[in-house]
Amino acid sequence: MTMRIRVNPIACEAHGVCAEVLPEWIELDEWGYPILDGEELPAQLLAHARRAAKACPTLAIVLSGE
Amino acid sequence: MTAVASDTWPRRLLAAVGSDDDDLYAVHLDTWGALPDVSGPAIVEAVEGSGLLGRGGAGFPAGRKMRTVAAGANRRPVVVANGAEGEPASGKDALLLGRAPHLVLDGIQLATRAIGADEAHLAVHLGSPVVGVVRAALARRGTADAVRVRVHEIPSRYVASEESALVHFLNGGEAKPTFTPPRPFEQGVGRRPTLVNNVETLAHVGAIARRGAAWFREVGDADEPGTLLVSVSAQEVTRRVAEVPTGTTIGAVADRAGVIRAGIGAVLVGGYFGSWLPAAYAWQLPLTHRAMRSAGAALGAGVIAILPPSSCGVAETARVLGYLATHNAGQCGPCLNGLPAIADAFRRLASGAWDERWWPALERWLAVVPGRGGCRHPDGAVRLASTALSVFAEDIASHRSGRPCHASSAPAWLPAPRPPGGWR
Repeated sequence: MTMRIRVNPIACEAHGVCAEVLPEWIELDEWGYPILDGEELPAQLLAHARRAAKACPTLAIVLSGE
Repeated sequence: MTAVASDTWPRRLLAAVGSDDDDLYAVHLDTWGALPDVSGPAIVEAVEGSGLLGRGGAGFPAGRKMRTVAAGANRRPVVVANGAEGEPASGKDALLLGRAPHLVLDGIQLATRAIGADEAHLAVHLGSPVVGVVRAALARRGTADAVRVRVHEIPSRYVASEESALVHFLNGGEAKPTFTPPRPFEQGVGRRPTLVNNVETLAHVGAIARRGAAWFREVGDADEPGTLLVSVSAQEVTRRVAEVPTGTTIGAVADRAGVIRAGIGAVLVGGYFGSWLPAAYAWQLPLTHRAMRSAGAALGAGVIAILPPSSCGVAETARVLGYLATHNAGQCGPCLNGLPAIADAFRRLASGAWDERWWPALERWLAVVPGRGGCRHPDGAVRLASTALSVFAEDIASHRSGRPCHASSAPAWLPAPRPPGGWR
């Protein structure tokens, strides 16, 4: 099963929690917004990605493919 | 706005254009006759067979879109006619609605029949002169139409006419884009499948339902047939609307609009989300989505802006970027922060108040901002900025070394109206 992770840019408020939980995958731009483009997530990062999605204060991280 | 007279190019959408004093319905009926008695499936088939591509900018096949909405519906679908022309340099939708509204209204009725809709909306700009014209046109038609069309006035903001923003507005919200999916064709107005079409697309549907798919294909490019409304701005003309066969070159359109080509360096194609092209290259380019894509540009809604020899491309781009920055919806961080930053860098470039330390930042913003908004607004602005950097490379070099060209203090050319106060 391939999983994709993307951000709802309208909901995102640049709290940056996602990048703390998933630094291997999520980088922040200079204004604090995550740089993500819906790419496939390696299986070993799945658990971290779920945690990042759950930790986002505005629930802006969207996982799909589950 | 006036229409370009043409000797050899056929007039279809502009075949029955009335003036202020005319009974627009009588003018329309005189040329087109009454709404034809064609079944819904026959309309879909004719539009599919015609090869008509949507005229709002994206160029999606109109027939396929109709079929998709009609098929996906366990709930009654809705038709939305988009006449809320967001492009300041575009005048085609206002011309069509102001001078030939009945062909559009016919298209709306035919579209509702095609997809089985019982609800239809027409979106126009808040306070635009066409509001009165379309309301009068609807009243003039009386009870002849099967589906009542409700007219909505949308705030004059660049992103407000984006289709998810339009749907959000019709659902009672602000005219700001929403996170997709679902796309409007899946879940739109009242959560029902919604066919959003540009008013020019619907006017073509009005013509195709009467004359047929083969007639439509008699004119224009083989793969992207028919005629197309373009809005031409240059030193000589402002938002001059012309109906041209698809595949006509930009040079031929310029000639017909009375534009003197000598001394012109660049052409902006596709509107404010569009691309600057070197003029010598642009003159040869045919007006098709295919040709524009291969040129790294996009046809968009048919805006052709021919930079006057007395204007500075860097300064004009800076002004348009400033406009796009103030017209962002304020929803997404990369757009909210990135567009003002890019616009500010261009403003400094244009004025000569430039510091070389900003160059790496500008390059970084142009790389990091696109593709990260809820809509395509940041992508379009970045395309405009990036093509300006390459087409005006020589000028940019002068501006970077603190020597802005003599034209950078020329009067503003491209329109960049301030946004209105609200989103409702």
